Amino acid sequence: MNPAKEKGSVVVQTVSRIMIPFIQLFALYVIFHGSLGPGGGFQGGAVFASSFILYIVVFNIARGKKRVPESTNTALSSAGLYIYAGVGLLSMIFSLGAAQYLNYGFIPFTSHFEGNRAIGIDLVEIGVGMTVMAIMISIFFDLAWDKGKEKEE
Amino acid sequence: MTMSINLVLLFLLVIIAIAAVTIKDLLSAVILLGAYSFLMALAWVEMQSVDVGFMEATVGAGVTTAFMIAALARTTRWEKK
Repeated sequence: MNPAKEKGSVVVQTVSRIMIPFIQLFALYVIFHGSLGPGGGFQGGAVFASSFILYIVVFNIARGKKRVPESTNTALSSAGLYIYAGVGLLSMIFSLGAAQYLNYGFIPFTSHFEGNRAIGIDLVEIGVGMTVMAIMISIFFDLAWDKGKEKEE
Repeated sequence: MTMSINLVLLFLLVIIAIAAVTIKDLLSAVILLGAYSFLMALAWVEMQSVDVGFMEATVGAGVTTAFMIAALARTTRWEKK
């Protein structure tokens, strides 16, 4: 085996390999429970990003770059922004001239105003979480990625 | 009761902040800032602001510490005299 690839501690790698799915599940819980309790899109996105940052720190940064490529980060961050703005524009369109930006109750997902509002809140928070996650991972890559070192290897 | 908890938390916060500013080892300063963020999160929760406490624990203690260690890996560990 290549010794340069087997740098990290086995205990840390195994524990984080077990913990990362639970951290991501908790992040999804925070995102979807944000309308009822503490939490929301930003916090859930930060927890999700920290799970990926844990993966990048524990394993090699090149492996992390392979798992979470820069193109995916860019696509996810702009897709989250488009989800946020798109839900706002949809509610503006469906409120028929009242121009209620981000008043989710007007979008006809279901037949009830409150049901529409719940689905709209969840959609907006998914968008916020995606953008925050992608931007935090790319900030970490920009800080930790050493281009000179990559050429040496 | 809550007053005494607040006093202990704020006292520890002041001590950790002074230690983080004066210490010469920058990695220790980063870890001390993480501890500062966790204590600050406890203080927020104690002040009935669970949302801000959650924020402090995830971003302040988790993500910012990782960012600072990543930035520290590009420079030297010890502060110059």
